[in-house]
Amino acid sequence: MQALFDDPGFSIMATGFLVGAAAAMLGPFLILRRAAMLSDAISHSIVLGIVAVWLLTGAVSGPLQILGAALTGVLTVVLTEMIAATGRVKSDAAIGLVFPALFAAGVLLLNLYASDVHIDTHTVLLGEIGFVWLDTLEVAGLSVPRALVWMGAAAAADLAFITLFWKELKIGTFDPVLAHAMGLAPRALFYVLLFLTSGTAVAAFDAVGAILFIAFIVMPPATAYLLTDRLERMVPIGVAVAGIASLGGYGLALQWDVSISGMMAVVTGACLGLAVLAAPRHGVVAAMLRRARSRRENETRALVVHLATHEDTAARREENVAAALRLHLDWPDRRAREVLVKGVAAGLVRREGEALLLTDEGRRAAEALLEPWRRGGG
Amino acid sequence: MGLVEILSDHTLQTVAIGAAILGAVSGVLGAFAVLRQQSLMGDALSHAALPGICLGFLWAGSRDLGAILGGALAAGALAALTVMAMTRLTRLKTDAALGSVLSFYFALGIVLLTLIQRQAGAGQAGLEAFLFGQAAAILREDLQVMGVLALASLGAVALLWKEFKLVTFDPVFARTLGLPVVALEAVLTVMVAVAVVIGLQMVGVVLMAAMIVAPAVAARQWVTRLGPMVVISAAIGMGAGVTGALISAMGRGLATGPLVVLAASAAVLVSILLAPGRGVIWDWMKRRAERRALGGQRVLTAIHALAAEHGDPEYPAEQSMLDVYFGGGTAAALDRLEARGAVRRAAHFRTEGVHWVLTPQGQAEAEDILAGGEGDRP
Repeated sequence: MQALFDDPGFSIMATGFLVGAAAAMLGPFLILRRAAMLSDAISHSIVLGIVAVWLLTGAVSGPLQILGAALTGVLTVVLTEMIAATGRVKSDAAIGLVFPALFAAGVLLLNLYASDVHIDTHTVLLGEIGFVWLDTLEVAGLSVPRALVWMGAAAAADLAFITLFWKELKIGTFDPVLAHAMGLAPRALFYVLLFLTSGTAVAAFDAVGAILFIAFIVMPPATAYLLTDRLERMVPIGVAVAGIASLGGYGLALQWDVSISGMMAVVTGACLGLAVLAAPRHGVVAAMLRRARSRRENETRALVVHLATHEDTAARREENVAAALRLHLDWPDRRAREVLVKGVAAGLVRREGEALLLTDEGRRAAEALLEPWRRGGG
Repeated sequence: MGLVEILSDHTLQTVAIGAAILGAVSGVLGAFAVLRQQSLMGDALSHAALPGICLGFLWAGSRDLGAILGGALAAGALAALTVMAMTRLTRLKTDAALGSVLSFYFALGIVLLTLIQRQAGAGQAGLEAFLFGQAAAILREDLQVMGVLALASLGAVALLWKEFKLVTFDPVFARTLGLPVVALEAVLTVMVAVAVVIGLQMVGVVLMAAMIVAPAVAARQWVTRLGPMVVISAAIGMGAGVTGALISAMGRGLATGPLVVLAASAAVLVSILLAPGRGVIWDWMKRRAERRALGGQRVLTAIHALAAEHGDPEYPAEQSMLDVYFGGGTAAALDRLEARGAVRRAAHFRTEGVHWVLTPQGQAEAEDILAGGEGDRP
């Protein structure tokens, strides 16, 4: 066991995984409420909280730091809502006002008082996940990396929260009015969610810094949202993405000798990119195929209806020929030929010299479209 | 350092001119972004510029501003396109798309930054300044690049003023007029990326969001028309930029970005509180005056009703009785009524409390209020 914790690689990957997993538990509720950018605001402004708690108490990690700095995250949201509530600023602009101000104050305090401690402006952005194994803590006779301990605690708190309040969170996310009517206090629950988000961001701060945390809390749930329609599955999918990201990110970072936390976030983004393109139902490719198929179906429908409309009329001679498809339906040459070939192959249309004739099946298809009330009614 | 020395110092002049250019451009373009509710797009684009900066550096092989800004612009434009594509082609909402793009591009930038660090050694020191801004590092030649970009974007705004205005306030109407709305919106978004690029050296990628949002929000409080708003927004941006940049350039190694952002935030705070007609404080004072006037009117009509009930226009109403009737707190209202001569104190026994009698003026006022039916006119 101790050998495991002494291995830097394990500590780094385990910390990265816990950051991603803890964030993936909370993220779905944020993106489903369209509040993903609150995590952006929170993860920036905890910098002020971290610096303030450090200046006041001297604590750089541990429960005091996590709880104290997490309050700044909640404060950001409260201030944003207060500014939006004056009715003078739209809520998106309010977010864009509050967190840069708090973040700027935090960076300035760092500049003034903390130029030589470990939380310098560089760490704010990058985190130091590569060094987490250096700073250890005695837990149950084992010497465990400090970041791993606090990240584990944060992940456990998040897991306990979503397990205990699963039903309340679910109703509050999809139907806040109903949740309110049922006495489930959705607003209070949302604030607890934001508090835990801030706390997790603070715990993750040493490992991944303030800004990369956004990658871990937004992208895995976004990936899951493209892969499933069920909230129950979004959390495990998000956790799986976190697993892939920590393993793959660490491997690639070693390979190319680049930032480990940055690479983990990049791999998370690659997972999202893959889901955007190739998700079975909600991906871009699937949507394009679906559109192409329905366009083809519509064209075949247009062909049989066109033929059926002129079937027994005097204009039949000039309407029901291949040339009319180009002129009257305004189809380009190639498309007219393709549709015709498909119609013949499907047994809806047959050709007699120049003339295009409907088969019995084609006539039935046209009637079903033109006079749908007859269908099945007999 | 005295004022004359500040004005003649070469570095400070450069810094001040750069800050003024930045403030003008971000103020003008931010006004459109805020009105189009795209405040957070500025945030995403500024973070997304980081990989572009790194690629520009890698491409040029040195800290060549043209290449770096070109890279940043390309990355910003690509990020904007990614956000648009994600929201249009998949079911992800704007917030999740912004959060994903912001964090993914930033992570990519971090990875590239560490790559450059390994390769170039000392050369990357110049790049770190792009994170939080280092006004003192701006060179005279840099001003030319910034100036050209600024002229190009401000010129575009001047040329397409009417079109941009229409697209901002009524895109549907703009479409019915046959304007290329999507293209115009894309141009406005890409120009936000230009503003970000101009601010990179001054404010840095992390805090540029505030320079887009803050001056525009502050300006919006003072005026209701687009033209004046754009001008005031540019002025506030310039003021905040010059203030922050000068403090940073003179001071003890304080990063410029946070100072500029805090100056802009202060402008927002003052505007929201004090802007004439719209400010929160005026609003609050007006409401207080109205509440007081209403309280006075109610007390006045109550005394009048008591007098009528007793058939004595000079009936002395006891203050403690009025307190009981209104649930307390009539003293202040009575004092104000007395001050404007609507009531006067009546003689009373020493053992009793103060009594009040309507003056003829007070009677007329009370009857006027009652004739108005509601009695709550101002």
